[in-house]
Amino acid sequence: MINVINLTKNFGSLKVIDNVSTTIEAGEKVVIVGPSGSGKSTFLRCLNLLEDPNGGSIIFEGVDLCDLKVDINEHRRKMGMVFQHFNLFNNLTVKKNIMLAPVMIGCRKLRSLKRKRALIAFVNLFRKNKLELPEIKETRASIKEEAERNAMRLLKRIGLEEKANVYPSTLSGGQKQRIAIIRALAMNPKVMLFDEPTSALDPEMVGEVLQLIREVADEGMTMVIVTHEMNFAREVGTRIIFMNEGRIEEENTPEEFFQNPKSPRLKEFLSKVLSPSSRPKEQTV
Amino acid sequence: MQKKWELFVKSFITNEGYTKVIAGLENTVQIAFFGFLIGVALGTVVAIIKAFSKRSKAVKAISLIGDAYVAFFRGTPIVVQLLIAYYVIAPLFGVRINALLVGILTFGLNSGAYVSEIMRSGILSVDVGQMEAGRSLGLSFSATMRKIVLPQALKNSLPALGNELIAITKETSVAGFITVLDLTEAFKQIGSANYEFIIPYLMLALVYLVIVLIMTLFIKLLERRLRRSDKRN
Ligand SMILES: Nc1ncnc2c1ncn2[C@@H]1O[C@H](COP(=O)(O)OP(=O)(O)OP(=O)(O)O)[C@@H](O)[C@H]1O
Ligand SMILES: [Mg+2]
Repeated sequence: MINVINLTKNFGSLKVIDNVSTTIEAGEKVVIVGPSGSGKSTFLRCLNLLEDPNGGSIIFEGVDLCDLKVDINEHRRKMGMVFQHFNLFNNLTVKKNIMLAPVMIGCRKLRSLKRKRALIAFVNLFRKNKLELPEIKETRASIKEEAERNAMRLLKRIGLEEKANVYPSTLSGGQKQRIAIIRALAMNPKVMLFDEPTSALDPEMVGEVLQLIREVADEGMTMVIVTHEMNFAREVGTRIIFMNEGRIEEENTPEEFFQNPKSPRLKEFLSKVLSPSSRPKEQTV
Repeated sequence: MQKKWELFVKSFITNEGYTKVIAGLENTVQIAFFGFLIGVALGTVVAIIKAFSKRSKAVKAISLIGDAYVAFFRGTPIVVQLLIAYYVIAPLFGVRINALLVGILTFGLNSGAYVSEIMRSGILSVDVGQMEAGRSLGLSFSATMRKIVLPQALKNSLPALGNELIAITKETSVAGFITVLDLTEAFKQIGSANYEFIIPYLMLALVYLVIVLIMTLFIKLLERRLRRSDKRN
């Protein structure tokens, strides 16, 4: 589904991603772990081109996203992203947060369809055998209605429908992150990218967010997750990638990854994050 | 004093000085209002270009033009700008020059330079995560800017924009330099009629004060309305 080929990313003279290649298949849950500053976030953000790679390519469903001729917005719609700091739109209510992208994109499609129809109608004035006019079933109102229905359905799913009309500043971190997740789901993405979705949360809220991610995973969503929650990685991941200094140092199935780490760097990393002293950090409920 | 007052009443009412004041008020409000609108539109565009000049070489080049524009309008007195606009540039365009229009445009350009700085810090005060979230959902740069970043930047900049509106309103008092009959000019003419300036100028100050107080009230109301999204409920 996503083919990463020789990906390279520099910030100035700092090489952050160093010639990384990997393939993410449909249905996979790829978990990325690694020390701070190893390039995990940068790698994830290159996948939907929030960071412009300096070299290599990202092939998503057969299309090279790094090609400047590609309409990146169209492809980003199929890649949901969840951020460490939620990034809900502060100036919109919860419901509007979820509806914004579906409505704007729906209306844009509608406008271009209407333009096309007008063009055909115009051409028909000069033709004997008339071209068939495309049928337009949607209206702005129907697009809005549909988006609202979908938003309320998603809110109900996470039990927050009574928060539909409040602003994000009134919510807890866990509520914000769960809303950020369903906001991404509202676009019906093919793949979801998570960048440390629970790192900014108070410990008692980590569980509810991980539970929602788990549910989405169980529905078969393809996922790439950067996290420090090792138990969660082991439980949900189908493949774990260890990143170090901008490279994929090691990758394996969860069992092998945790029981049979090969590279000394990974062994060292695991001994640190799995040591009893750091246990409280990785509780998963 | 009694005599001064009678003189003022005579030239204000009997000699129809009030029509001048009404016309002057109209022109002052027009220059301030439309100048400010142009300033906000122009300043916002310049601010967006400046805030995102790192994105590409082309934008960077345009942003240098923006820098020069801001430097000129902040670095020279508004009176000089008016004189240049009216006596140097406007004649290039035609014989009949509308001084009011030149005034509005010059104040618009001047205000745009200040507003661009205000809006730039307003845009920078919005967390980059807001733009990233919009883009990650597949919204375009301009759609995210319009729906998410600018509304928040505008809200953050509202107090500073309010000050700018008040500042530009007071600065319009130099519009007389290019023959516009503004409030100041109107009261000056009333005073000149019999060389009695004390009451006309005190009245003039009072009129400006009332206008500014009304604006302050209006800005406060707007701020309160826009603060809704911060309220906990
Ligand atoms: N916009 C940027 N400009 C300059 N340097 C950056 C930028 N973003 C990241 N870096 C640098 O790139 C390196 C990798 O950063 P990245 O955020 O990808 O690491 P990470 O593995 O996600 O770390 P963490 O676990 O702390 O989130 C770091 O050294 C960071 O300082
Ligand atoms: Mg990171």
